Amino acid sequence: MAKAAATRDEARGTFTPAPGAAPLRRMILAQSALETRMLLRNGEQLLLTVIIPTLLLVVFSSADLVDTGDGDRVDFLAPGLLALAVLSTAFTGQAIATGFERRYGVLKLLGSTPLPRWGLMVAKTACVLVVEILQVALLTAIAFGLGWSPHGNPVWVILLLLLGTAAFSGLGLLMAGTLRAEATLAGANLVFILLLLGGGVIVPLDKFPSGVEHTLALLPISALSDGLRDVLRDGSGLPLGDLAILAVWAVLGLGAAARFFRWE
Amino acid sequence: MDSSSPAVALTGLVKRYGDKTAVDGLSLTVERGRVTAVLGPNGAGKTSTIEICEGYRRADAGEVRVLDLDPVRDAAALRPRIGVMLQSGGVYSGARAEEMLRHVAKLHAHPLDVAMLIERLGLGSCGRTTYRRLSGGQQQRLALALAVVGRPELVFLDEPTAGLDPHARHATWDLVRELRADGVSVVLTTHLMDEAEKLADEVAIVDRGRVIASGSPEALCHDGAENSLRFSGPPGLDMGSLLNALPEGAKAFEVSRGAYRIEGEIDPQLLATVTSWCAQHGVMPERLTVERRSLEDVFMELTGRELRS
Ligand SMILES: Nc1ncnc2c1ncn2[C@@H]1O[C@H](COP(=O)(O)OP(=O)(O)OP(=O)(O)O)[C@@H](O)[C@H]1O
Ligand SMILES: [Mg+2]
Repeated sequence: MAKAAATRDEARGTFTPAPGAAPLRRMILAQSALETRMLLRNGEQLLLTVIIPTLLLVVFSSADLVDTGDGDRVDFLAPGLLALAVLSTAFTGQAIATGFERRYGVLKLLGSTPLPRWGLMVAKTACVLVVEILQVALLTAIAFGLGWSPHGNPVWVILLLLLGTAAFSGLGLLMAGTLRAEATLAGANLVFILLLLGGGVIVPLDKFPSGVEHTLALLPISALSDGLRDVLRDGSGLPLGDLAILAVWAVLGLGAAARFFRWE
Repeated sequence: MDSSSPAVALTGLVKRYGDKTAVDGLSLTVERGRVTAVLGPNGAGKTSTIEICEGYRRADAGEVRVLDLDPVRDAAALRPRIGVMLQSGGVYSGARAEEMLRHVAKLHAHPLDVAMLIERLGLGSCGRTTYRRLSGGQQQRLALALAVVGRPELVFLDEPTAGLDPHARHATWDLVRELRADGVSVVLTTHLMDEAEKLADEVAIVDRGRVIASGSPEALCHDGAENSLRFSGPPGLDMGSLLNALPEGAKAFEVSRGAYRIEGEIDPQLLATVTSWCAQHGVMPERLTVERRSLEDVFMELTGRELRS
């Protein structure tokens, strides 16, 4: 045995096996960086996550197109568009990207590397958070330019954004892991538009008939935009009701995704 | 690490999709340090078999051991040790070849030198082009590079040369030979018999989800082989007279006008007998060739069908 090993060592060639996983931290960092690069390189994704929210913020703040109630329009719109930014990245963008990765065997190939599946999911989450930070920074800067004056405790804002991200990620991954890529593409865009219109992002929910309003208020996007608005516009304390709605969606979405996600 | 167990051991493997049985009691042993070709027509169950070994699909019945591990239960231990080339896809459509290769290298502890691999497989010309715009052959070569970059003990290559030009095909064959020389076990699928003949130490011919023959290409082609000798000459030569000159068991035919075939154990003695018979009859045997039975012929004999469908 020892002799065989010695001969093998002397004859060490280019391809002589030396298998092994990289340290977990390095794998997850590398995967997060790659996922983020892929997302930022994709034109359609940037349209969805950067251009649309920015345009909506600028256009609807500058022109009186929708009655946003008392106070500055930007104070109503900025929290709504922060919510939309989370929706666009954690739900729509992630669903479409993951759907096509599944379709084109990327998830399959990664499944043959030492990167564990949960590591891939951590990397995807990191990628979503990085993009959200860029979105929040951009939208905040523009909102300030438009005369925004936010209030409230930033900790509640961060808590809302994180729970919103968890809820939308679960729903996005559920869609990507169960539907065909084309269906995910169409469905995720449709849901984006519907939630944009009916989730209190630009149009206040009290514009709807009261029965409809109460149902719409249970949507994750409504809870997120309403919670952010309570804190940022009205300076209210911990928005427990909205956080609770988001938490329920997060548990349901992530649970269903974990249960039904098909890797192939 | 127990290196005496086979690289892959499959016994009575069954895989069904709905009511279709794709793999039907397949048994196969792959020795370490060898190149093993799984040869079979479209839909024979090659990819299904390989993907069960890779842990992607679960067998409905039968036993699977890969590097003495269970591909599903021991996936975490097995993954770093194997390299996988999918039949298609596997790369982010927006990623560049080098970027993807460097990424997968980073997931391993002792990866190969990426620049060397790019050079070896001619991937340098891909430059900044993203995966979805690479040519089919470039995508194929990238997939091969991704399978080996982590310095695995065992690689599974699903149709590694499909769609490659002759130059790229030879580069792939050279790489596979070098893998073997350096002690890597290689399992590849193909429906090209010349590829299996030239490259593999062992061939398993798979049809309808079963191994119908296996062994070294030489053994498969020669075992009880009826080889043949062909020549052309003037039409209407007396086959009865030629047959009398030939040893017992040989056969002689005029296949078509002026085209002759002799079947039997073609050895130097028989060749001399044929040429001297021709000399006696004043016949110049043109285009005289000795034909070895090919894997294609073996497949035909076993199944009565063509390998290429
Ligand atoms: N995921 C699947 N669902 C349903 N049927 C499948 C699936 N995968 C394979 N099959 C069927 O199983 C059979 C074997 O397929 P497989 O891909 O293993 O063949 P193969 O030998 O790799 O063929 P090829 O040379 O065309 O790649 C085929 O009839 C195929 O249609
Ligand atoms: Mg196949």
